[in-house]
Amino acid sequence: MVENRPILGVISHLVLILGVVIVALPIWITFVASTHDAVRMTQVPIPLLPGSHFIENFKETLFGTGLSSSAGAPVWRMLLNSMTMALMIAFGKISISLISAFAIVYFKFPFRMGFFWMIFITLMLPVEVRILPTFEVVANLGMLNSYWGLSIPLIASATATFMFRQVFLTIPDEMLESARIDGAGPMRFFWDILIPLSRTNIAALFVILFIYGWNQYLWPLLITTDSDMTTIVVSIKQMLEAAEQSPKWNIIMMTALLAMIPPVFVVVAMQRLFVQGLTETDK
Amino acid sequence: MATITLKDLVKAYGDTEVLHHVAADIQDGEFLVIVGPSGCGKSTLLRMIAGLETVTSGEVSIGDRMVNKLEPADRDIAMVFQNYALYPHMSVRENMAYGLKIRKIDKGEINRRVEEAADILELRPYLDRKPRQLSGGQRQRVAMGRAIVRDPQVFLFDEPLSNLDAKLRVQMRLEIRKLQQKLGVTSIYVTHDQVEAMTLGDRLMVLNGGYVEQLGTPIELYDRPATVFVAGFIGSPAMNLITVEASENQLKLPNGAYLEGGNDLGKVTLGIRPEHLVSDGIGPIRVTVQLFEQLGANTLLHGVLEGTDCDIVASLPGHVSASAGTVMCFSVQAQNLHIFDIQTGKRIGA
Repeated sequence: MVENRPILGVISHLVLILGVVIVALPIWITFVASTHDAVRMTQVPIPLLPGSHFIENFKETLFGTGLSSSAGAPVWRMLLNSMTMALMIAFGKISISLISAFAIVYFKFPFRMGFFWMIFITLMLPVEVRILPTFEVVANLGMLNSYWGLSIPLIASATATFMFRQVFLTIPDEMLESARIDGAGPMRFFWDILIPLSRTNIAALFVILFIYGWNQYLWPLLITTDSDMTTIVVSIKQMLEAAEQSPKWNIIMMTALLAMIPPVFVVVAMQRLFVQGLTETDK
Repeated sequence: MATITLKDLVKAYGDTEVLHHVAADIQDGEFLVIVGPSGCGKSTLLRMIAGLETVTSGEVSIGDRMVNKLEPADRDIAMVFQNYALYPHMSVRENMAYGLKIRKIDKGEINRRVEEAADILELRPYLDRKPRQLSGGQRQRVAMGRAIVRDPQVFLFDEPLSNLDAKLRVQMRLEIRKLQQKLGVTSIYVTHDQVEAMTLGDRLMVLNGGYVEQLGTPIELYDRPATVFVAGFIGSPAMNLITVEASENQLKLPNGAYLEGGNDLGKVTLGIRPEHLVSDGIGPIRVTVQLFEQLGANTLLHGVLEGTDCDIVASLPGHVSASAGTVMCFSVQAQNLHIFDIQTGKRIGA
């Protein structure tokens, strides 16, 4: 809106600044806390300006054992675990959903809609609801404490299948017919036409799924007992509960800071495609 | 280049038959236009020839091959769609080359053919653009280019001009015709626009409700429409159709006037083209004027037969005007009268 009212301008700026402060303050405190030494972090009031121990904390967190009492792996290992899990979930979900949506939209087979609804119904069964049977299955398959165990149960996805179905339905039939006349078989059509046309949607979904995978807490907590396989989100919580010790806030906050970087990077890198994927209607 | 033979073609969805025993022989290099109102089955027929719809019964042959069971890609055809169906993520060049690439044709040969087609269609400056950067007419040409590079035996057009504005449509119509004559490829063209059909086709097939009403040259259809439907469909403005009483050598109009012609047939449908009504001031057809449409070169008169509510349209040369309510008299030559059976709609006599 193009309006010129000074008071309105001041008020909107105030509201926006307030919003920014509310959102940014916890992140600022995280950053500040990661730059002080352990002693300073136990004193009140908590510091609001950065200290001088950033590099030191960074090294200790990333390559040290984190907290001595957690007897755990260094944080880089957990970052790697989280990264692997998030990527496996994102890629796995996208590939399976693409293929199943392709089958449901473009092939006629008996009980096609039945299968679609079966997939759709799993929306009502998130991991938390089916956690016991899923754990049993994963345990029996010997996938505890493995990347497969971490990612496979989270890969089956109705949302992504549903979304790709909608995307494929917006692609005009003539595109398929034209490809048929050009002599493209089903897989050719899939690779040459469908995938490039859903590129932006794939990117948008990748962002969402990567963050979804990265933020998983309950499932990794349940199936990883080996501290080498713990994910970063789980380990932050474990650090807080480190027994018989006051929490080392500087290290915990540094870990939290490190845990934020990959999702932020993914969002920033994919932002343009992400927005296009959610808003683009032109096919 | 090939002939196309349609033998007793039937298409049914479940129990509903939408195309009824269509038969036609299309000559090598001929341009056949299938025309009819929407829902008459013309696109279905074209898609059956293309192989995009299954054939319920009957035969489609291209050249000497029966192609009923062949995939579209194996029928040696190319099709231009109404919405062009260009691949939006590929450049013009890639769009045209895609079919050839799948056929594993040599790269140099692909380039040669694409550039040749681009020259014919004046698309060379646009080869590296994406379809969305092109205007409607250019996209249309790319769609044609995609058909040309394949060097097929048959071109199929599914209402390719209906997304263009009126002026461009006329221009592209001419270009399609020229191109087809230059390449000499057998073509089938579907449209609902009778002007497009008349100007493009060597022969026209008029479809109505899944039946072939008439198959013939544009002039045959215009001069001797086989049914009331064809009479009303071909020609613009549409033919006047009046229910009259035919007795010995006389046709009695609803308002009681008599025209010469006809036999002792009872009630029949009489057709007179608007352009065949001659205003002579003494003729037997007395029309009460309602309004005029001035088109410049000629004038359309809309009115009713005097004393009835039977609509009449007359196309008069030059500029004519009269106030509403005046009565004008028209005559018509006997050879320009079309008489149809009132029940079957079939043409009676010559």
